Amino acid sequence: MTPESLTQVAEKERASSTPHSLQVCTAAGCVSSGADEVLKALKAEAKARGVACQVKGVGCLGMCQAGPLVAAEPSGHLHKFVTPTDAAEMIAHLGEPPTERLALDADQAFFKRQEKIVLENSGSIDAERIEEYVAAGGYKALAEALSDLTPSLVIKRVTASGLRGRGGAGFPTGVKWATVAKAAGPRKFVVCNADEGDPGAFMDRSVLESDPHRVLEGMAIAAFAVGAHEGYLYVRAEYPLAVKRLKLAIKQAERLGVLGRNILETGFDFHVEVRLGAGAFVCGEETALIASIQGGRGNPRPRPPFPAERGLWHSPTLINNVETFANIPTILRKGAEWFASIGTEKSKGTKVFALAGAIRNTGLVEVPMGITLREIVYDIGGGIPGDRTLKAVQTGGPSGGCIPAEFIDQPVDYETLNKLGSIMGSGGMIVIDDSACMVDVARFFMEFCMTESCGKCVPCRAGTVQIHGLLTKIARGEAGLEDLDRLETLSTMVKRSSLCGLGQSAPNPVLSTLRYFRDEYLAHVVDHRCPAGVCKIAAEGEVIR
Amino acid sequence: MSPDASVKTLVIDDRDVGATGDQTILEVAREHGIRIPTLCHLEGLMPAGACRMCLVEVVGSNKLLPACVTKVSEGMEVRTQTPEIKELRRMTLELLFAERNHICSVCVSNGHCQLQALATEHGIDHIRFPYQYPRLQVDTTHPRYGMDPNRCVLCGRCVRVCAEVEGAHVWDMMGRGSGTLITAELRTPWGLAKSCTSCGKCVQVCPTGALFEKGRAVAEMEKRRDFVPAILAGRDEGDDLMP
Repeated sequence: MTPESLTQVAEKERASSTPHSLQVCTAAGCVSSGADEVLKALKAEAKARGVACQVKGVGCLGMCQAGPLVAAEPSGHLHKFVTPTDAAEMIAHLGEPPTERLALDADQAFFKRQEKIVLENSGSIDAERIEEYVAAGGYKALAEALSDLTPSLVIKRVTASGLRGRGGAGFPTGVKWATVAKAAGPRKFVVCNADEGDPGAFMDRSVLESDPHRVLEGMAIAAFAVGAHEGYLYVRAEYPLAVKRLKLAIKQAERLGVLGRNILETGFDFHVEVRLGAGAFVCGEETALIASIQGGRGNPRPRPPFPAERGLWHSPTLINNVETFANIPTILRKGAEWFASIGTEKSKGTKVFALAGAIRNTGLVEVPMGITLREIVYDIGGGIPGDRTLKAVQTGGPSGGCIPAEFIDQPVDYETLNKLGSIMGSGGMIVIDDSACMVDVARFFMEFCMTESCGKCVPCRAGTVQIHGLLTKIARGEAGLEDLDRLETLSTMVKRSSLCGLGQSAPNPVLSTLRYFRDEYLAHVVDHRCPAGVCKIAAEGEVIR
Repeated sequence: MSPDASVKTLVIDDRDVGATGDQTILEVAREHGIRIPTLCHLEGLMPAGACRMCLVEVVGSNKLLPACVTKVSEGMEVRTQTPEIKELRRMTLELLFAERNHICSVCVSNGHCQLQALATEHGIDHIRFPYQYPRLQVDTTHPRYGMDPNRCVLCGRCVRVCAEVEGAHVWDMMGRGSGTLITAELRTPWGLAKSCTSCGKCVQVCPTGALFEKGRAVAEMEKRRDFVPAILAGRDEGDDLMP
């Protein structure tokens, strides 16, 4: 396979297209509501009627709550809540607008306000066919990098794009690549962190299920840039569909010659292996992830040395998140300047969010950095259901914080979210309405961190248990004001002295709710009352088990 | 990486000290008689950075750093006794005392326990957190030694000495969070663990009464660090070797 024959593959694929096509979302959300049966029924119906309509499974169409979703091309019509019994009607009326029952407005803000880079192919290509990715311009960036660019030029472009790590911390990607490229060592590795573990977050899963080749291409470009020939994709085992599609994608890419030995006949080798996580949140921390890939217990270790200097098998290792790698091919194809023109001064490009909680449109959205929370919640998300009002937006999962409704007009970028006491995180966004109790919210996240602590360092292992105990005491109305002080002191202690990011950020949900919703804590402590009516307050002398 | 033998000068607690580039803050502090408390650290074993007792402040770094693994650098300014650090160490110890069962008066290691000594040093006379007291199974299946996880602080010194010095790899950690336990082989009763050579190194390096010799009554379990010559070779005037 040479770059020229890659073009031929793309042209052949484009030439094979039919006048009509029906694209069934086969990402995990729609599959769980019956998309596989819909796909089968539509295929059978199209065949039985002999119509020139290609029926295929595609990646995530975004609005998970209305699944199974089917998109019709070229009309662009969207169908919601499709069942196998709708197949006959849909095939019979190809190209016509769907009936009211099935119609999903494709012009609503949820779709129109998004800006797609990472998700550009999601919902339009079949994730299980490499030809479709190639036809959509895939592996072109890799071909260009290998034949026309030098590693340092690739790094220069990534740096110029202003891309920052999408795993949550926002470290400049170009700087990381340059560090690994400079690190000395006979062997280097590129690792993709797909151990997405935040409750309510499913961005990486969706990208892997919808467009796995994009991540592989990004990894291969990174490998070329830093001088690595081996890579690992560390995926949590709870994502079986993503794992299946990734393994298939690797096989297809190797067969096509865009991965493996002598890529695109340029002499560059890059082999990728999939490694499965065994269900520990902490394995998303890079040093724990490395230990896990090596077959050890997934415990973090102190940094420095950073993985860029001494990582997998003691070799320089580049670790980036799924979404970070997924941005790379487009940045190379469309140019660093184009990418840098999107977003804010310090946060470039777009961010994918998994929108969940008390919101009308739950699902996956990709928005330009700098968009306000209001636009996400009210325009794209459609607002709060029922007659409830917005109380807070939780970002960054158990490592993040709760941003109160008063900051709804603040822009979403790394710096602003930090300033507000939260973090960008990997992209979980949970909308909280006034029916929720913030003490209860903090307790939920603390329970998660307490259970997921690896147990290595004392503050995280024993501190989270005590914080959780204090929150439970407060929720039951059994705490005094001194407990509130203790909660704050202990949270700060765990944040300051824990070994890894898990412990250092575990108190964030507590500290941010203490900062913005202290009145709710005080109501529990002083008035022995839960304003939202969520917590079960102990009666005098009662012991709640 | 080759050892960095270049000479560095730095300041620890307002004292000018000299070091080589491959030394840690802890090593240099000890050479100069500056006390930094440790618990999971033991000279001669790989550092773990787990107990967080040795956290120090380095001017210019917004994070506190564990002295046992942080290498010195030229012009570094280290503070080991700020009010914040002292409070964090106190709280770390309190969390440990509240976590399991550390009732000294009925412990074989009473008077010879590193956790107890650290508590005395830090003036701990009460614990601010409720005691958890999990009921953990004591393993007395080994003919000569016993293991009481209720006294364990999960420092991992037994795991490391067994792997790094004895080369037997009997011990490991299992579970996670507060449910983490030291386990022989794959959850084998210690006495049935075929890989155990009964050398007793784990017992002697254990800072508390979690690992003990059978037949010792209260306060009789004095650990003999000279039992572990490889570790003794790296012995210094530090406080790893208990009281």
